[in-house]
Amino acid sequence: MNAMLWQLVQIVLVVALAPLVTGYVRWAKARLNGRRGPAPIQPYRDLYRLLQKEAIVAHSASWIFRAAPYVTFASVWLAACIVPTFTTNMVLAPAADLIALVALLAVGRFWTALAGMDVGTSFGGLGASREMLIASLAEPAMLMVTFSLSLLSGTTAPAQIVAFILAGNVGVEVSLGLALAALVMVALAENGRIPIDNPATHLELTMVHEAMVLEYSGRHLAMIEAAAMIRLTLYIALIATLFAPWGIAQPGAGAAGVVIGMVAFLLKTFSLATTLALFETSIAKMRVFRYADFLGGALLLGLLATIFLYVSEAV
Amino acid sequence: MSQQFNYDIAHLIGATVLMAGFGLLYQRRVFAVLNTFAFQALALAAAAAWQAHIQDAPHLYFTAAIALLFKALAVPFALHWLVERLGIHRTVETALSIGWTMIVGVALVALSIMLVLPVTAAASALTRESLALAMSVVLLGMLMMITRRNAVTQVVGFMALENGLILAAVSAKGMPLVVEISIAFSVLVAMTLFGIFFFRIRERFDSLDVAYLESYRGDRS
Amino acid sequence: MLIASALLSLPLLALFAVLAGRREVTHSIVYAGCFVASVALFGGGLTYLGGHSASPSWILPLGLPWLKAHFSIDNLSALFLLMINLGAAAASVFAIGYSQHLPQRRRVTPFFPLFLLAMNLVLMADDAFVFLVSWEFMSLSSWLMVVSDHTDEENRKAGNVYLIMAAFGTFCLLPAFGLMAGPGGDFTFAAMRIKDLGLMGGFMVALLTILGAGSKAGLVPLHAWLPLAHPAAPSHVSALMSGVMTKVALYGMIRVLLDLHGQLSWHWGAGLMMVGGITAVMGVLYAVLQDDLKKLLAYSTVENIGIAVIGLGLAIAFKGDGQVELAALALVASLYHMVNHSVFKTLLFLGAGAVISATGHRSLTVLGGLLKRMPWTGTAFLVGAAAISALPPLNGFVSEWLILQSLFKGPGMPHWAMKFGVPVVAAFLALAAALAATCFVRAYGITFLGRPRSADAAEAEDVSFGMRWSMAGLAVLCVVLGVIPVTVTDALSHVVRPLTGVGFAVSADLGWPWLSPVSATRGAYSGTILMMFGLSLFAIAIFVVHRLGTQALRRADPWDCGHPEDIPQTQYTSQSFAQPLRRAFGHTIFQAREKVVMPEPGDMAPATHKVSMIDPVWSGLYLPLVRGIDWIADHVNRLQYLTVRGYLLMMFLTLVFMLLVVAVRQQL
Repeated sequence: MNAMLWQLVQIVLVVALAPLVTGYVRWAKARLNGRRGPAPIQPYRDLYRLLQKEAIVAHSASWIFRAAPYVTFASVWLAACIVPTFTTNMVLAPAADLIALVALLAVGRFWTALAGMDVGTSFGGLGASREMLIASLAEPAMLMVTFSLSLLSGTTAPAQIVAFILAGNVGVEVSLGLALAALVMVALAENGRIPIDNPATHLELTMVHEAMVLEYSGRHLAMIEAAAMIRLTLYIALIATLFAPWGIAQPGAGAAGVVIGMVAFLLKTFSLATTLALFETSIAKMRVFRYADFLGGALLLGLLATIFLYVSEAV
Repeated sequence: MSQQFNYDIAHLIGATVLMAGFGLLYQRRVFAVLNTFAFQALALAAAAAWQAHIQDAPHLYFTAAIALLFKALAVPFALHWLVERLGIHRTVETALSIGWTMIVGVALVALSIMLVLPVTAAASALTRESLALAMSVVLLGMLMMITRRNAVTQVVGFMALENGLILAAVSAKGMPLVVEISIAFSVLVAMTLFGIFFFRIRERFDSLDVAYLESYRGDRS
Repeated sequence: MLIASALLSLPLLALFAVLAGRREVTHSIVYAGCFVASVALFGGGLTYLGGHSASPSWILPLGLPWLKAHFSIDNLSALFLLMINLGAAAASVFAIGYSQHLPQRRRVTPFFPLFLLAMNLVLMADDAFVFLVSWEFMSLSSWLMVVSDHTDEENRKAGNVYLIMAAFGTFCLLPAFGLMAGPGGDFTFAAMRIKDLGLMGGFMVALLTILGAGSKAGLVPLHAWLPLAHPAAPSHVSALMSGVMTKVALYGMIRVLLDLHGQLSWHWGAGLMMVGGITAVMGVLYAVLQDDLKKLLAYSTVENIGIAVIGLGLAIAFKGDGQVELAALALVASLYHMVNHSVFKTLLFLGAGAVISATGHRSLTVLGGLLKRMPWTGTAFLVGAAAISALPPLNGFVSEWLILQSLFKGPGMPHWAMKFGVPVVAAFLALAAALAATCFVRAYGITFLGRPRSADAAEAEDVSFGMRWSMAGLAVLCVVLGVIPVTVTDALSHVVRPLTGVGFAVSADLGWPWLSPVSATRGAYSGTILMMFGLSLFAIAIFVVHRLGTQALRRADPWDCGHPEDIPQTQYTSQSFAQPLRRAFGHTIFQAREKVVMPEPGDMAPATHKVSMIDPVWSGLYLPLVRGIDWIADHVNRLQYLTVRGYLLMMFLTLVFMLLVVAVRQQL
């Protein structure tokens, strides 16, 4: 019964927290740039305002254009419900593992890319084409990270990986370091952060994600933006869960354990968000045609993480 | 702190050196290559210092200092100065595209792991990992020398190779200091030589692309 | 009885099509008959899958006088019967409407039932003679349909290449079965199972089978005929060739390697897995750069065959290593992928057929905006595209999940080749899956979304009733096979038990809808639960948004960042969509080069942009081979002009050579 309760808490938590995380990153970046910046709660206001506006749909758009925001949102939300944040005792924990998580994120991307091409504008196609190029390397990189984690811990389920690491079976592994690096690179790419994409740009030569969703407005845009916010929170939570699982409540930990888990989760999330803001202010965006090198590098790191296990673990 | 933890940290630093090796292959700008090289040397210094700490071998601090002063500071600055002074072309000219170089690099790492594992079957996992890391760094340095055309990047590749040797040296217990000093000096000598070399090439051909030397090879009629 | 009458009806239908081909209605009757026969055979397959311990067998006095024809249906055959006849049923229904618009239909309809008959007979064969004759018959009947539109130069070339490769396949399989039967041996499968092949014999049988069946299935580099021949046939036949005939080839491979061949060492599995990985990546890389919708689908078949072969190779490796539980897992994963591919590839080819019959085009450059004109086809194609892109909760994801799970167990094998090979193959598989999604976003987006790029596409009408329903049925199946994975794996478990010794067990801790191979803590997947939760979250999202916000919606012109263009040509085209991928992946592998020619200032000529690519398999393997054969032919030609003494010398040398062979063999 508890598992169901915590699952519901998680479902609400990710949606409620996601705009704050995004707002916090924006605020921190503004501060680092020497600006005052909007308050961290600004995204809530933005989303609410977008919901109040009428949605404009191009004449040439089909039903896919109107369905895509909801499908994207629901799939990313579902994916975020799978990542254990404060407890591993959740109903959905065995329903999907890391492979399914990667695939669920791919569902959202598939629909957004289709929606980008639906109206028949040049920007939509440009965004979709670049997004799929990024995904075609980022997704395998993430699967290789999964591979090395699965080889190390003997499972692909995030809850079990957490249990394995918390049981003290893992030291500071070279493989884990490599896998972490690969996952961070994937996370940057998948969330459209610098150096791959710039979430604040509308400059035609450089935009990727923004180009795809250029035609959206009103509630549709709200859904797309909320999905992007949840995705950012999801990746931050994933990195924190897999590589720093301390504090996460295990099944049978009781309410006190869950509270500790919640506090630990919030601490980890906001410190990672601060790191992201620091990183983004100190680096420049790269050229579109270097994406392949960057993400290919992530894929190779994932592969290296796997083969390095043979040396250290003698599996 | 347990023994295991000490070694884990050592290997993590070793892996950082290796990653910097990949970073060298990934860069497209000469200055970025120099910065990455400085980072690699910094990681190497950290590795040496950490080994000094856990092996309780103070002479390794000296090695760390050498790495820090010469390789992380002096050499990159000197090369930086050289590049600016000579107005060398600042883009790395590749003989093999970056993606493929990195794939070959991963294959080389796999190869060194495959080689090290059976040879050190009797040794502990700790030695195996250090050896595999060091050997990979050496091979990546060689790869860099082969696949990058500019003379500067070849020098950097050569010194990255040396970094791998030093990494192997500090990881093994009881390596005498003499050897390290000689290595450090060899770097210095190599750098001087390459410096002169640069000036000479530049004087003669007005370029630092070693391809221009090809026509002076003796074995062609 | 049901099966026998269904099989007998097929040649009769062919005969009827020949005799009464002039009349329109004949074609409909023939395809309707094919549908009924396939449904009957499907039902027959269903009764034999699972429960029966003893497989039924028949011995008929057919063929050569001293050889009787043996037939039998075991679990493996039954599973493939289901696959074949499901695809056949859908294609037959589709063809009732589709063949009305086919100009060359009189050259297609008679061979369609024969093709079905041949494929069914291959699966039921219980001796080498029946197997090879049906196999050859299958090749020939499909070849006749490939060249049915022989006025097109391309199709004639495709037909030639297909014929040569089919001959090559049989050329390899014939000695493989010969070796298994042995000198003066018994050609029944039962006898082959108990025969010890020895070291050299075993090696040759495995190699020849992989070459022979692999060329039919489309393994790189033997795939060259597939993307030529499959698109050349009419679409309902392409659907069968791609969705179904490749499975018959894989059936042959499984039958020989895991059943007839006694003990296969793990090396073969490792090699096959590697070939599968390369096939998957190469296939999808070709596919993502294609402009022709049917060629794109054919190359994607190559990719999926590669994925299935990864699982098969892994199963062989695990079995050779004695880890039978994992072998069962890998084999179930591979078979599951074959089932899935037969469903969604048939669906996609039928969808392509619908597009062709509505617009008359199959080139992506002139399509676009078809979803609004053809909502049925567009929606069904979308389901197929999502399924082949391995998106949950559809079926393609489940099988790729299973294959990845079995790959993740691969490094547990105590061989260095596997330890280092498996991560590489896993990376290949992941890359192929991600690129497949890119490929189908591109194919779907360019064909069905956006604005029409030609008048034909702008005026397309959705296809007729039967065609719609055949696609809709397959689309529903894609969903069903995805959300009840455990039911499917339970059925497949019966198939793998005789081949690996153990069945496939889902961990009992979690129960029915949870697919959890190996153990409950190892990682699990439940399409059912995910689908339920996903749909609820979807509903909640819509509800909340509509409660919190306004429901107002306005139609307007596209915004396009402030400078919209009316001309549909300003949209992204298939070429421009593929450009970043071509740069990232094609530069080295396909030698893709772009050349822009700008006119002189003041010159009114348009600037041109040319892309050149080289197919590495053709330029690296086939063309040198062809040149080599030409060279040999030129030189052998001289033998025609020898003197009488010269000919006598030749005969004498041959005799001496033969005697030498006998002498050497006696010494060994």
